[in-house]
Amino acid sequence: MESLLEQIERGMLWQAPGGVHPPGHKALTESIAISQLPIPEKLIVPIKQHIGVHGKVLIESGQFVLKGQALTAPNQPWSVPVHAPTSGTIVAIQAMPSAHPSALEEISIILSPDGKDTWCDLFPISDYASLDYEEIIQKIQMAGICGMGGAGFPAYVKSQTDKKIEFLIVNGVECEPYITADDRLMQEHADEIIHGISVLNHLLKPEKILIAIENDKPLAIKSMQRASESFENILVKTIPTKYPSGGEKQLIQILTNKEVPTRKIPADIGILVQNVGTLFAIGEAIHKGKPLIERVITVTGKTLNKPKNVWALIGSEVKHLLDNCDFEPQAQQRVIMGGPMMGFTLPSVRIPVVKTTNCILAPNQIELPFNDNEQACIRCSACADACPASLLPQQLQWFAKAKEYDKLEDHNLFDCIECGACNYVCPSEIPLVQYYRVAKAQIKEQQEEQIKAQRAKERFEIRNQRLEREKEERLNRHKKIAKPKTADEQTKIAQAMAKVTTNQSDKSAVSAAIARAKAKKLQNQNSETLPDNTEVAIKRAQRKEKARLYREEKQKETLDSDNNQAPSSETDDKKSAVAAAVARAKAKKLAKQSESDTNKDSREVESTQAEDPRKAAVAAAVARAKAKKLAKQSESEKNEGSSQVELGTSDDKKDSKDNN
Amino acid sequence: MILIYALIALGSLALIFGLILGFAGVRFKVDSNPIVDQVDEILPQTQCGQCGYPGCRPYAEAIANGDDVNKCPPGGDATVKKLADLMGVEATPLAGGEAQEPIKTVAYIREDECIGCTKCIQACPVDAILGATRQMHTVLIDECTGCDLCVEPCPVDCIDMLPLKTTTQNWKWNLESISVKQID
Repeated sequence: MESLLEQIERGMLWQAPGGVHPPGHKALTESIAISQLPIPEKLIVPIKQHIGVHGKVLIESGQFVLKGQALTAPNQPWSVPVHAPTSGTIVAIQAMPSAHPSALEEISIILSPDGKDTWCDLFPISDYASLDYEEIIQKIQMAGICGMGGAGFPAYVKSQTDKKIEFLIVNGVECEPYITADDRLMQEHADEIIHGISVLNHLLKPEKILIAIENDKPLAIKSMQRASESFENILVKTIPTKYPSGGEKQLIQILTNKEVPTRKIPADIGILVQNVGTLFAIGEAIHKGKPLIERVITVTGKTLNKPKNVWALIGSEVKHLLDNCDFEPQAQQRVIMGGPMMGFTLPSVRIPVVKTTNCILAPNQIELPFNDNEQACIRCSACADACPASLLPQQLQWFAKAKEYDKLEDHNLFDCIECGACNYVCPSEIPLVQYYRVAKAQIKEQQEEQIKAQRAKERFEIRNQRLEREKEERLNRHKKIAKPKTADEQTKIAQAMAKVTTNQSDKSAVSAAIARAKAKKLQNQNSETLPDNTEVAIKRAQRKEKARLYREEKQKETLDSDNNQAPSSETDDKKSAVAAAVARAKAKKLAKQSESDTNKDSREVESTQAEDPRKAAVAAAVARAKAKKLAKQSESEKNEGSSQVELGTSDDKKDSKDNN
Repeated sequence: MILIYALIALGSLALIFGLILGFAGVRFKVDSNPIVDQVDEILPQTQCGQCGYPGCRPYAEAIANGDDVNKCPPGGDATVKKLADLMGVEATPLAGGEAQEPIKTVAYIREDECIGCTKCIQACPVDAILGATRQMHTVLIDECTGCDLCVEPCPVDCIDMLPLKTTTQNWKWNLESISVKQID
């Protein structure tokens, strides 16, 4: 039993299921050399042209940029930059119709070329083998390279696999009718493609590199064989022409007889597939330092007088390409981006070509008639025979029409590569792929909504928890505040009142009256809040006791320190100094306390309350009495004052008499 | 005698099985009602309260206890159908005669009119509104469930419910082919 590698080397090929043989129409362009287009008047560079996320815009409107200068910088995974296709001025950064079947607007950078086509500084690497793995990967990313076969998968992500790669497959199959871009590229730039291959060979170290080319491209096969002669692990494989042999999974099956499992990627079975255009771009990025700013596009169709392959700057409008191929539009003219099987009709020709555009097709009515007369399915099962993924297109169609999304998933709708083979063979002209595309979009939306609902639920629950917690905290805070209010504030009020009574008593009858009223109030309060006051008073008594103890201690300490001064050492000095400082501070505190105590007789009144609540009641009564007394006193003082005034006048009289 | 043996045998069998059942009941105990979780999974989690319950989970509990399945306007007929399938009841049209396919909307605050009262922030069930007192508020579009609950409390009526913008990410293929434009 020979190994798989031996079988492959012996020239074994396997078969992928299904497939169709549509007319190729490749003769229109395959023998014409790739021509350079003049620089267009305006370039529209969408900031996202691949699968993933766009980078951060680096330039501003009005800024001058050089050819190859990065316009965006990747700032998260799966993001690759875009570059200025030529030198010129940035006119605007705004939403423009995109190269998407919907032509929905996406943020694009509009560049007005200056016509000089001045390159920015390039940093080619002649000896890539000296660079380490990460540096090469970063170089590929910063050159803005994404899969150029059509899907636009970032090349650096694909090359970054940590799995062991057994086979690197170079996809030069180009099975879709009309398109000859890769064919011409292989014929004219085989050496550059081999450069790219050798970079990936260095990165991934595969056992064998297989270059797959369909047998309808003899010149390309010859050219690639010549270029790869000196590399012993590169094998050029000629495969029979059949659509869609160029599909990644189909090609793997044809070359290695391995099937990529559902929802897995080729790297999972040790295989990596890269398009020749992508490899050419990688080669250019490493060897010449050039970022991806132009690509080969097949401009073809019978409404063009000069169909050909062109080097188009990324961001050129489709109109610019058509005009340069002598376009003669017909009534109800369609312009298709991509091939006739998988492409989409453009709603306008004012749309830029992007990194994934490989063909612009402008067919006339005869070569590609409208198929808008969909008939009922006759259950002929021709679609099932043609399906390269071994699905049941007919069954899928029923489910898609009935919106039975669960069943669609059960029937592996997501294995459909949307190749259009079923459409092509359908005698009833049912646009099957369209149904699948709608269904796929619906299912994806539902899945996203499911995820969103889950997140909303989580947020809702977390919010509820937070509200609960806050409520509890608020309650606790209220309790904490409520307690000290009764004790502290009441005493404070009492103190203030007493102060008022003592200070203001000697002013006038009015103030005396006020004092009386306040004293009454105070009395009421005291009687109301007796237990609280006693608590405070007890505390105060304790403080006094403490103070007394401190004083005694201090005295002792000073005595001790005096005794210890004889064998004085530094540490003792420090200690004693600290102790002295503490003692001083304490003394100060005590002095203050005693001062305040003596100043406020009301405090003493309270301190007498300390002993006993009964005594406190007595004290309250005393206070009441005092207040009354004070009031009386002030009255009598007033009387005295007036008599003094009288006396004063009499004295004055006396004085005047004396003077006389 | 045989009768006694038979009774003993049956009795011991019953005892053994009873013990096994009892153990299984403790060992494999399910805390919450699984049907509630299943119903909750189907509901769209907008927490809008249009069903008359404060949030999706209370409604899920109510459905599990036999409430109607057609009280969720944000979910639309699709949700009603799924709930009916799960509960084994007849799928009835939505209560209140809502549109067949609810259009997904999200809240937008007209930011120059916002007075910063925070009332909408308190109303939002999923904390999707950002702002502070006397500061402009804004809606986190990705988190907004389109429940409408913030519209009512706004004293200056500066919140609009607008349909989500179509982007190339959420665009769905049109079955009607793209209208052909005259190429210039």
